[in-house]
Amino acid sequence: MPDTAILQVSHLSVSFDTYAGKVEAVRDISFALHRGETLALVGESGCGKSVTCRSIMRLLARNANVDAGEILFSGEDLLKKSNRAMRDIRGGKIAMIFQDPMTSLDPTMKIGKQIAEAVRLHRDVSRREANARAEELLSLVGIDEPTRRYHQYPHEFSGGQRQRIVIAIALAADPEILIADEPTTALDVTMQAQIIDLIRDIQKKTGTSVIFITHDLGVVANVADRVAVMYAGRIVEIGLSDEVFYDPRHPYTWGLLASMPTLATDSETLYAIPGTPPTLIHPAPGDAFAPRNPYALEADRIKEPPLFQVSDTHYAATWLLDPRAPKVYPPESIRQRQAAYQKRQEEKEAREHG
Amino acid sequence: MKAKRWVKYICTRLFYMALTLFIITSATFFLMNALPGTPYNNQDRLTQAQLDMLNKKYGFDRPLFERYINYLGNVLHGDFGVSLQFSDQPVATLLSQRMGPSLQLGLQAVLFGSLVGVFLGVIAAMHQNRALDVFCSLFAITGRSVPNFVVAVLLQYIFAVTLKVLPIGLWDDGFRSTILPTLALSISPMAESCRFIRTEMVEVLSSDYIELARAKGMSEIRIAFTHGLRNGLIPLITVLGPMTVSLMTGSLVVENIFAVPGIGEQFTKSILSNDYYTIMAVTILFSALLVVVIFLTDILYQIIDPRVRIEGVQ
Amino acid sequence: MSQISQQLMDDSAFVPAQVRREEAEPELPRALSFLEDSWRKLRKNRAAVVTMILLVIITVLAFLAPVISPYDPNEQHLVWKNLPPKWPGVNISGLNGTSTFRGKQVDNYAMANVPEGTCFLFGTDEFGRDLLSRCLWGTRISLTIAFIAALLDLTIGIAYGLTSAMKGGRTDTIMQRILEILAGIPSLVLVVLMLLVFEPGITSIILAMVISSWIPMARVVRAEALRLKQMEYVQAARALGASEVKIALSHILPNISGIVIVRAMFSIPTAIFFETFLSFLGVGMKIPNASIGTLLNSGYKVFKLYPYQMFIPALILCVIMLSFNLFADGLRDVFDPKMKE
Repeated sequence: MPDTAILQVSHLSVSFDTYAGKVEAVRDISFALHRGETLALVGESGCGKSVTCRSIMRLLARNANVDAGEILFSGEDLLKKSNRAMRDIRGGKIAMIFQDPMTSLDPTMKIGKQIAEAVRLHRDVSRREANARAEELLSLVGIDEPTRRYHQYPHEFSGGQRQRIVIAIALAADPEILIADEPTTALDVTMQAQIIDLIRDIQKKTGTSVIFITHDLGVVANVADRVAVMYAGRIVEIGLSDEVFYDPRHPYTWGLLASMPTLATDSETLYAIPGTPPTLIHPAPGDAFAPRNPYALEADRIKEPPLFQVSDTHYAATWLLDPRAPKVYPPESIRQRQAAYQKRQEEKEAREHG
Repeated sequence: MKAKRWVKYICTRLFYMALTLFIITSATFFLMNALPGTPYNNQDRLTQAQLDMLNKKYGFDRPLFERYINYLGNVLHGDFGVSLQFSDQPVATLLSQRMGPSLQLGLQAVLFGSLVGVFLGVIAAMHQNRALDVFCSLFAITGRSVPNFVVAVLLQYIFAVTLKVLPIGLWDDGFRSTILPTLALSISPMAESCRFIRTEMVEVLSSDYIELARAKGMSEIRIAFTHGLRNGLIPLITVLGPMTVSLMTGSLVVENIFAVPGIGEQFTKSILSNDYYTIMAVTILFSALLVVVIFLTDILYQIIDPRVRIEGVQ
Repeated sequence: MSQISQQLMDDSAFVPAQVRREEAEPELPRALSFLEDSWRKLRKNRAAVVTMILLVIITVLAFLAPVISPYDPNEQHLVWKNLPPKWPGVNISGLNGTSTFRGKQVDNYAMANVPEGTCFLFGTDEFGRDLLSRCLWGTRISLTIAFIAALLDLTIGIAYGLTSAMKGGRTDTIMQRILEILAGIPSLVLVVLMLLVFEPGITSIILAMVISSWIPMARVVRAEALRLKQMEYVQAARALGASEVKIALSHILPNISGIVIVRAMFSIPTAIFFETFLSFLGVGMKIPNASIGTLLNSGYKVFKLYPYQMFIPALILCVIMLSFNLFADGLRDVFDPKMKE
């Protein structure tokens, strides 16, 4: 990995103690976040993407244990920091946006005060300066008449506006990393586009690095520089957006992409991955996706596949990439994608050379 | 439009309050008249002629319905009749003298009880399912289970009889003599608010906006006492009604045990001596208090909670 | 990396796997019946289990009072009056039949010429009656009153609430108005008035208490029934032509039973409190009939001299109240975790 990583997660494993047993929610994952980039974490609900981010923020539930791994932020392991030191990082250096804007704001406090509160937690400023900064943030996230709206309560705003306010709170202390945990899931489609535009816009202005969690690949295509696909607590494929979208290697990614409607899709029915994700209490040996994988090899049942390198930036965890594996053909829609992408690459090269 | 809805709401509520009080007054009146025995304190020594005379004097020889109408009219003018046990004193005067101690005890108990209760409730919620929580919850459930007269007697036994540090009762030692009755009365609001706040806070502390506050980098204590308590306290208003009831109930025995010259002590004295008019007046007074508290609770709740505020009256 | 795997797996593993459907759709654990599930959850709550056992023991002892009480609860031995508790073979002050009199330790049993070997575990009262027997009989009366009152609360509350919810419309509005008015009456004062009018006794105490205590139950039942009425399965039953009565009894009532049970459990300690309170005030059970309240009342009169006569019944009362509350709390966590009040 080049030395531009602002955050380096290595071999992180997180489990939860529940009545039913120990749930291994995140199992040995590693990835890096580079300065100024947007990394998308994609996967079904329960795949561990939120747990990963909550580990970074150290906001895990009380029954969670970090079993192994380290999370390096500017050279220091966040998992070893004291609670007090962690409070300065939370909201100060690393900020987070939550899924449901309808419930993310304190219903009994003026929204301006909620923003100013975040400012004063990390900046040594007077009440008046914090208020001015709050108004500034409100207009930055696109709330009109910030001076008037400063004094309103959350219920006087629409869902999209509330998410803008949540973003304003996150930006209060100019964080270096912004973690967005499904920030558009609870919004309707037009709002989704606006919020994504806003996040991209802010990233351009401030140069913040962003971790964008979503289960919606359609959203990812618009924002992410790189994509990590997660399944059952592991990263199964990670690469540049183009690589994951147009040259996917893991059968799970194939399934995800094939089940996503696109304008180019000509068939009438959408593909659906059969079965349900496994429970992560005593996961069976082998690849957790094998039971749902029509391309599964016997090898998948025996041993979990390691990450195979596809290119400098592209890795996938599937035995299909092993030289001994039989040649398999991805589903039709994936082959169309690959073909379209190859054609585009060739055209690009041709243009560059010619 | 909003103001109009408020006016309509308040008028409806006031009408039902008046109706409730009317029904209670009537029910009390007829119940009292079904009471066996006479209300005169030396009834055994009275001859029939003397009884007739007394009945005539107090108007008990009139037809029931006529007396009922008279009584209703008088009550509307603030005339609750005379006490037959306490040398013909007007009941209104009698009770107004006794209002002070009861009010003082009630307010002290509510203030002290709910402050301690809220504090314990917050601590319990912050340490959900851990030792401190178990301790606070156990305290709350004990407070709910041990009747206040038992608490009162126990306090009296420990602090007045055995240790002799506080007066055993009577209302003659200023603030010192209010300590034990206040403590005894405050147990129930304490337990009630502790349990209530804990439940509310557990819910509030697991909500998304608390998670956001954590993500802002706030400390747990600060979260609990700013965002947490703000949201947990509002519903506490709804227990004001039941709290008033339990205080009234408590005052009946606690005032007796500590010989406090209050309404409760007067009421128990009156029921044991069939003092018609005093019993009726206290019943009406208690009902009026309860009805007003319930009404104020509802109004207050709608004014304070900004979520309900904009929608106005449901 | 493929080097390592080569050592672990031979090439034969690299063939397409057999499709096994059952792996993709893991089998769910066997569904538990409502009772099984509730019992399993309740068993996890240690306080609930302990108090349940305690309550069973107390109830059995109380109802066996005619059989097990050592003396007739109303039999007076005026010479043996106010004897402190004495436990055979126990020599702890307070339990050995002695008391401090004018700074000196005296053996009250010897002074009263009680035959050797006669022990009153809880002592005797001012008329020389055995306090243990009186406590057993008193608990029996207090529990009887509480159980019957709770049962009546339940019946009236369910009937009123269900009727109000199922009829709906004007009937519902009127019934709710009536409830609202009743709720404005301070129940204790009402109960006291009722007891002044009627001859005090078990029946009148129960009736007086029930007059106001069924109101919360009716409200809960109505609210729940209204919610369930909107559910699809009830709509479906209605579409299939089930009568309103049948819907209420066989589709709605079973589904609110949990909440109703919890409420009923909470109304038992309330009833016990009311009974003791009224008797303590002197308007409840009349002496010499023992109930916990009357025992407290007579104990209070002498508690500065003979504190055990007040504190033993008080302790019994507290244990019963605490057990019922803790047990009801446990039940609530099982049946109705959202309930607040």
